This record gives sequence, structure tokens and C-alpha cells, in this order.
Amino acid sequence: MTSLPPPSKVQLGLVIDLDRCVGCHACATACKEWNDGGASGPLSDTDPYGAKPSGVWFNRVHSYEVGDGADGCTVHFPKSCLHCAEPACVTVCPTGASYKRAEDGIVLVDEDLCIGCKLCSWACPYGAREFDAVEGVMRKCTLCVDRIYNDSMVPADRVPACVQVCPTSARLFGDLGDPDSHVSRTVKEREGFDLMPELGYRPVNKYLPPKRQMKLASLATETAAIDQAGFFLRWVDRLLTR
Amino acid sequence: MPPRDLNLSAPVSDSVKQTTCYMCACRCGIDVHFKDGKLRYIAGNADHPVNKGVLCGKGASGIMKQMSPAKLHKPLLRTGERGSNQFREIEWDEALEIATGWLANIRRTDPKRLAFFSGRDQSQALTGWWAEQFGTPNYAAHGGFCSVNMAAAGMYSIGGSFWEFGEADFDRTKLFVMFGVAEDHASNPIKLGIAKLKKNGARFVSVNPVRTGYSAVADQWLGIRPGTDGLLIGALIRELLLADRIDAEYLVRYTNAHWLVIQDPGAADDGLFARDAEGRPLCLDGANGRLADALLPDVAPRLAGEAALPDGRRVVPAFQLMAARYLGEEYDTDAVAPRCDIDAATIRGLARELASVAFEQTITVETPWVDWTGRRHERFTGRPVSFHAMRGIAAHDNGFHTCRALHLLQMLLGAIDCPGGFRFKPPYPKPAPPAVKPGGDTAPNRALKGGPPLGYPTGPADLLLDGDGTPVRIDKAFSWDAPLAAHGQLHMLIANAWAGDPYPVDTLFLYMANMGWNSSMDVPATAKMLTDRDPATGDYRIPHIIYSDAFFSETVAYADLVLPDTTYLERHDCISLLDRPISDADGVADSIRQPVIDLDRDVRPFQSVLLDLGARLGLPGMTAANGTPLYADFADYMVRHERRPGIGMLAGWRGLRGDREGRGAPNPAQLDAYIANGCFWRHELAPEQQYFKHANKAYLDWAVRMGFLDRADPIVFQLYSEPLQKFRLAAEGHGDVVPPQDARDRVAAAFDPLPFWAPPGSENGDEGFPLHAITQRPMIMYHSWDSQNAWQRQILARNFLYMSRIAGEMQGLADGDWVWIESTTGRVRAQLRLMEGCNTHTVWTWNAVGKRAGAWNLAPDAPEATNGFLLNHLIPTHRDGAPNADPVTGQAAWYDLRVRLVKCRANEVTDDRLPALPALPGLPRRAKVRA
Repeated sequence: MTSLPPPSKVQLGLVIDLDRCVGCHACATACKEWNDGGASGPLSDTDPYGAKPSGVWFNRVHSYEVGDGADGCTVHFPKSCLHCAEPACVTVCPTGASYKRAEDGIVLVDEDLCIGCKLCSWACPYGAREFDAVEGVMRKCTLCVDRIYNDSMVPADRVPACVQVCPTSARLFGDLGDPDSHVSRTVKEREGFDLMPELGYRPVNKYLPPKRQMKLASLATETAAIDQAGFFLRWVDRLLTR
Repeated sequence: MPPRDLNLSAPVSDSVKQTTCYMCACRCGIDVHFKDGKLRYIAGNADHPVNKGVLCGKGASGIMKQMSPAKLHKPLLRTGERGSNQFREIEWDEALEIATGWLANIRRTDPKRLAFFSGRDQSQALTGWWAEQFGTPNYAAHGGFCSVNMAAAGMYSIGGSFWEFGEADFDRTKLFVMFGVAEDHASNPIKLGIAKLKKNGARFVSVNPVRTGYSAVADQWLGIRPGTDGLLIGALIRELLLADRIDAEYLVRYTNAHWLVIQDPGAADDGLFARDAEGRPLCLDGANGRLADALLPDVAPRLAGEAALPDGRRVVPAFQLMAARYLGEEYDTDAVAPRCDIDAATIRGLARELASVAFEQTITVETPWVDWTGRRHERFTGRPVSFHAMRGIAAHDNGFHTCRALHLLQMLLGAIDCPGGFRFKPPYPKPAPPAVKPGGDTAPNRALKGGPPLGYPTGPADLLLDGDGTPVRIDKAFSWDAPLAAHGQLHMLIANAWAGDPYPVDTLFLYMANMGWNSSMDVPATAKMLTDRDPATGDYRIPHIIYSDAFFSETVAYADLVLPDTTYLERHDCISLLDRPISDADGVADSIRQPVIDLDRDVRPFQSVLLDLGARLGLPGMTAANGTPLYADFADYMVRHERRPGIGMLAGWRGLRGDREGRGAPNPAQLDAYIANGCFWRHELAPEQQYFKHANKAYLDWAVRMGFLDRADPIVFQLYSEPLQKFRLAAEGHGDVVPPQDARDRVAAAFDPLPFWAPPGSENGDEGFPLHAITQRPMIMYHSWDSQNAWQRQILARNFLYMSRIAGEMQGLADGDWVWIESTTGRVRAQLRLMEGCNTHTVWTWNAVGKRAGAWNLAPDAPEATNGFLLNHLIPTHRDGAPNADPVTGQAAWYDLRVRLVKCRANEVTDDRLPALPALPGLPRRAKVRA
């Protein structure tokens, strides 16, 4: 079993705005493209052109409907590792392959130590871990740890690939351990929430709820009861300027 | 996975090359990263005006497009029966000699026996011009299938439209209403816009039968019944008129609302504008009660009342006719509500909201500007209500007038090209419509005369008809079947070519047009036509088919000769202002693609092949006086070709020193300048040019200098369309060019000078088919030119038929049931999914996911083939003897499909199911694992 480091002051994570996600999957494919060829890759695919195409994704978008008929809403729900403060996937790991970084709280897998026993995927209640059957190891979101500190990239690019690519800015990245960070303030303003908080894993990633603006409060005057003749009388004497 | 000692600052790539994406028509800028000589990843170009660094799900999986095993490898010549997919590989010299032989024979005898159709629109500046030089009018791209109603209604009404022509002022709008966007058009620009709406707290209303994609994040979703959008818009117009909540000053300044219309039923000029001796339209001047020049800036026009012409005939303002129409009972909200499936209170609420935002929440941009008359204004004042609409309202046989009604609503609100409203993207607006007429004059061995193949008729005399009324074009565009077919009629091509109606053709030359599958109606019938032989001669009814594609699409199987194209990372392309530009409302822009990957196959860029063929054929503009090719390749053409003196494919860095924009001599270093700037050029409009472009002196003068407009005259929005009335008069028997007797009622009804709503034709003729059936493209595949990608198909490898849960349960259907979807044309099998966010009279599916077994180098048992399906199989090409199309533009009415559902077993198949295609020579084996 693997032990956790002392709680980190810095807790890097994602804030995902369900009010903005249109379900385009850009975050999913940008993640796969970045990580497939990088330090965490490959993210293998089996039967890519066959009957049962399947592969490793660190990030998947699920779509749900909530509520009945027109009163309900459709929610596009991107899901990746939540980098929990109490990650059972780490404590359950028999080899120490799964670990939580002391400096920023990112949960990673050291592939050299992973024996592919899948205990971590059983322990994760969010289904965030993906077994790479080709490589025989467990894989997961790294929060693009090879981007966010990367001095060889311009500062604007030092965010996870999913955050950079998102066309509706539905994904924010930052330090959720700092109450004054832009992500923490946004979570507070928008009443962001934890996924399944009752399980006690204390996920770092937060979700912002869909909000639907009701109709504008102040509206124009009611329609005047007027017939055709009245309508045109109204217009005949109006002087307009070009 | 990262070990603990991972180098967190490892360089991610050795080199980065910039070019332009090609997964859809957005044309986003991309940074292509390479490491160790291999493609590492593709990111968005942060400086690019279209995408500002973001990508969509397709753009970010471009690497899998490049690695596709479906890429064609070498030219192919058919060896077996057509459709059997049996070919042998040949060399390019042989392929080009064969093509040149067929084409030279056609050009020598009758150039219109070549039908050259492109499935996609990105190369029209070249392909349309090439057809013109060849001398055939038979050219079009896929717009007639997709959204020509939207484009044509916009061009005839306001000189622009949505999509490439204009966009909402997302930074300033307070209420954004989106009609009928099927997860498409546009992709990233709309998503970036939605992000701004959310950031600014603007309200977003989506009118759409289905609640997915963009509609899912709308503040309000109105689950409208398909084909009734025009009725809803009519009810909104009626409410605004009754509530006296319209911008009358805007109407008399910028539209023809005050122009006087002759009221003389039966006369040859009934319904036309009254004009003075100089041909200038007249209005009724409220200051003195006299007739006056309607274009004068200092008249005080009346919008209602009547006057008499000197000859005593009665005239009334166009506005009065429009108002009388929309005050009619058929647009009463209580009558409209049950037909649209939107309750009356909601419709009235939306009308009040539009009025409230437009007239009580006016915004200003504090920039002085000068209007077309020379009057100075201290600021731009805007009504922050904006709209966007696309194929969902266009692909109906009432689509042209529905789109026109939406533009009318924008005019009444005074919300076109103002702060917070819909805004034109330069080079739009153009005169409504642009002064380009379609050309149809053909003769052996010369270019087409009369204009380019596509254009904008303004009266019956502009139609392309022979002396006896026979259509000039094979697709019958610009005939009485489809008088304003501004994008041509791709969907009619194969049926007409097979039938020899109006005449037989010799060669179909198709470029990236998957017309053997998802770009045709009634696919099984289309497949038969492509392979049918004349029993008398034993020859194919369509003698030759040349096809160019980069991938093994379904249509490859029907080609006699395949000219393999390159991928978007392997070639030069030009996103030209002469084509479908990438401008935005604040600036004009164009862009290029450059090859960033070396070719590893014996394929050639199609545009270069086209120029090569042109030179082999000796076509004007492509051949020097001594018979040698004028251009080395397409990149050379992009730089040196001039359409008019000083105006070429690219507007940036012109002139010998590269210091000219818009007009200027060709600059040999132009492509280098583009590449150094991220492969795009953009010129930002001065602040005083940015709004009211249709009547803004500084903008209009600049547009003339740039070559966008011929004159700096204001562009008058056509609330009332005189060109439409001219066609209607012809249908009443006036003039030399009149429709045949059996078409007169249809033409007279359709060519109403004012927008109107009528139920889609399928409402009447399809008894027993109670459900509307529509499609959308999934966002992960939206508008993909080529639709097989190892990652995208893990997200969606098959489609289901979606239906409202309530409607399904009432019919005894459960989630997961298998059903036959039956129409008057045929049936396909589908698996059902019940959902909440769906209009109760509607079923829908993801389009173009279903694939023919074996195509795209997918395994024959791929889900796309075994469980996927196309609704195209069910869409009739004709209805009641007339094309299943909008009678104004000929737009395919594929959203008017009506169906019924019948339970079936999972493993049932139809008799006309097309067999699996065998493997294609030269393609690699499919990998079992990608790691």
C-alpha cells in the first residue's frame, strides 16, 4: 500500500463549467493528442479501424439529460481524474506506482513500477483511470505535468492541453489550495461543487453548475389591442427622417 | 506514464510550422509541431483571427487524419464493372492523358457535356473559374444541398447572410437568438461567441427541434416543430407591429420600406416600384404630401397611406403591404402556437423581450462617423439583439422565405450592422443581390460567356434557358425549376445525367463530392444510376466519371478514373476573398495552407492537377501563347493569377514591394509574407468604418478601393424584393420569358416579393408518415470533409434514431428497440433512443456516420456499416412531379422528410442494401493496434 505525502498547500486542479460545455470533445482529443506523443504516451488504441474501436483516454465527455421534457436540461459532462486530496487509488496501490505529488497534489502513475493489477481503477469511484491493455499499465490524467512547468513553452501554453484548446473557455486551471486564486474565486462565485462529496475523497477538481437565465424581468409594454385600420392610421401621420 | 524523475521542461517539439486546418469550413489557424521528424501534435494558433488559439474536437485529432489507412496512394483506373471497386494503379502521366482525352473531346464538340461538381466549397475561386475557362456552365459545389436558402435569401435581402457573410456582435449583444443550427456552421467562431455571451451575462435563446450541443447551454430552448420557423418569425413580427415596437427611422434610412409599389393588378408592372424618369424609386414625402425621390436624404417618407402616380395609378409604400401581410390572422400568435409546438405565452414573451432589449437597452459606441450622404454622427447607436441561423431553417421547401422573414425581423428591429446586432464581415455587404449574373453561353473551344457558372438573376431574362425554354444546365439551376439557384443543384446532377434530362453528359468530374453516398438523396437509386447501362448500346448511361478525393470514400467505387488528392497538411490552399473568406466584423482577412509534411505517396494536390489539366487542354488563363503551362502549380497561381488587374487570389502583401492591400501587382514573395504571419492576412477596419457598413461613407469608399464594391452607393436592404415580383409577373404571363403553363401557379406562389410562410409540401402529400425526420452532424465530426478518424470513431462509430420519450412511449416504443424508419421512398433500420429534449413530432439522427461496408478502409463489420444508417436513403428526389426542393432556389428540402416507425428485429436488412466494397489496391492493411 502506498502512503500519501503531507497535505500540500498548492492543489492544482481543473474547474469545469457545465454552463459552457457544448460537448464538442475538443478537450478529449486535444488531451489524447498531446499525451499520446508525450511523456505519458502512448495512449494505445485497439482495433482502431475495426468492429470494436477502443482506446485509452484521460478525459471523456459524457452527455446526460436531467429532468423531463422541455423543463429538463442537457448536460455535457467532461470527466477526468479529479486529483483527490484523499485518493484511494494511491493508498490502494501495492507497488507505490500511484503517487500524489507533495508539491502540487497532482496524482500520477510511475509506469516503471506499475504491475497493471487494476486495484486503483477499482478504488476510484469516478472511473477516471484507464488500463492500457497494449502496454499493460494503468494510465490517467497528469494535469499535463509536462506542460504546466515547461520552461521550453511560452507561458500562455503552460496549461493543460484540454484547457488551452477549449473553445468555450469551459475549463479553468489553477491552484484550488489558494482561496484567492482565480479558480477558487470562480468556484465561490458560481457555487462550484464536488463530485460525490459524500464519499470523502475530497476531489480537487470542481464543477460549476449550469445556470439558466430566466426571462428578462422588465419587459416592454403589453401588446395593444389594435386592428388593421387602427394600425395604419397610427402610421399615416408619422413624419420620419432619413 | 511519468516516472518520479520526469524532466518537466523537456522540449516538446523540434520545429513548428503554421498552416490552416481543414476539418470543416471554419479554417482555423494551426501550429503543427514536429519531433524527431514526425508529426507530434497540432495546436491552435493563438494569433489567428478565426480561432484565437482554440481548436475543436476534429482539429485536435488531425494527427489521426494524417495517419488514416484510407488515404489513396496512386491514380487508379477501373478494371471491373463500375461500382465493383476493382481498379489497377496507373502512373500520373497515363491518368492525365486519359482525362485530357475525354475532356478535350468534350471541349471540341460541346463543352457543357462536362459536369464539374465539387462537394465542398473551399476551392470555388479556382474550380468555378476553371469551369468558366473550360466553357461549361455545369459547375457547382455543395451549397445547393446544404444551405443555399440561407445564403440566397440573405444576398437578395441584405447583401449578406450569416456564417462567412456576417456574425453576431458577441461582445456587445444582450439577447442572442439562434435558429436551426444543427451543431454546425460555424464551429469555433460560434463557440468563442457563446463564451462571450456567458461571460457578459447575455441571454441565449435557441430555437431548434432538438436540445443538444449549443442548445444545451442556451438559457431557453424552444423545441420547435421542423419547418415552422417562418411561422414563429411571422408571429414575432406581428407582435412587434401591434405593439408599435419597430425602428421606423432605421427602415426609411436603410431599407426600401418607404418605396412606393404600383398597385395595378393585371398590369405588366403591377407590384414593381414606381420610379421617376431617371429610374429612381419614389416615396411619399410626408412634409408636402408629394411624390419624391426615395433615395434623397432629406425627404420625410411616409410608411403608410396611398398616393397616385401622374397616370392616376395607385401606389402604396412597401411597408404597408408587409404590415398587411403580417397583421393577417395566420400569423396570430394563438394560431401559430399549436402549429409550432411553442405555447403562445412563450412566443409573446420572446417578442416582448426582443422589443425590450432593442428599444429600452440601446447601447452606443462613442465613435463619430459619416454616413453615405456626408452627414456626421457623433456615435454608433445599437440595438443589442442578434440572430444566427443555418441549415435547420434553410433545408426546407419553404426555407428561402423563412430565411427572408428572419432578415425582415432584423430590419424591423433595426439590428443589422449596429453595435450589439448582427454585423457584416467584409467584403460583405454586397448590393442585394450582387450584380453577377450566371453565364450559360457555350460553344466549342471557347470559355463560357455571359458570366461565371453561378450568379444572381434579377429577372426572368437572366435565367439560363434555351430558346425553347429547355434548361441550359444539367442540374436545371436557373431554370423555372430553381430560378435563383445561386449555388447550383448538386443533388439533381446524377439523376439528370442518368436520365439525359435536359441532355446527356459525357463526363462527370467530381471533386470531394461523396455523391455515391451521403451527398445524394435516395442512395440505392443513385447507385443504380451511376452503374446503369443503355440496353441499346451496352454503354454506361453516364459514359465517364472522374473522381478526385484524398480518401477511399464510397464514391471512389463509382469512378472510372481516380485522381488521388493530398491531405490538408501536404498542400497549398487558398482561402480567398474571391471565395469564402475568413473575415470578421471588425476586419477583412484571408489565408493560405502550406505543405508542412512531405508526401509519402504518389498523390498530387488537386488544384495543381486542375491547372495541369487546364494547360494540357490549352484553356485560356492557364496556357501561354506558346502552349506551355502558365503556372507551375497552385502555389504559383495563388501568387501570380490576377482575376482583374491588381486583384488576385490573395489580398495581403500585394505589389512588388509587398506593401499593398487588396489591389496591387503580384508579389513574388507573397507566400513568404503569409507564412511569416501565421499563414493569414488581416486588415482591421478603422473604428469609424466598423458599423452600418451598408451606409457608412468611410467603409463604402474603402470597399471600392479594395475592389469589394464597384461603387460607394449605399446598400439598400430589400424589405420588398422587386426581383421576386418580376418572376411572379412572368408567371402571370408578362414578358418574353415565362414559365411553362404547369409551373405558373408554383412560380407565382413562390415568388412573393414579401416573405411568407407556407407549410412544407410534405405536410400534404405524405399521409401515414406522421413524424418529421431530421439530421445533424455530431460536433466531433461536424462538416468533416473526410469522415473516418481513429479517435473520432471511438466517440461515435454508429448512430441511433432519437425520439421524444413521450412520443415513443405513446407509440409503444422503448429505448433500445429496433425500428424500420419508413418514408415514401424506402426504409432503413435503426436502433431507437428515447430522450427528453426533442420535439414530440420529430425523430432525428447523427448524419453521415453510417458508412458503406468496406469503404474508408474500415473493417466490413465496423459499426458504421453494421448498425449505422443514413436518412438519405429515405429522402425523395422528387415530390408530386416537382423536385423535392425550395421552388425559389432549388435547395434540397431534406429536412422536410416525413417518416413512420415500425418495430423490427435487430438483424433485419433491406433488399437494396449495397454490398461491402472490396479492398482498394495500394491501401495499407488496417492496424489491429495503434500504440
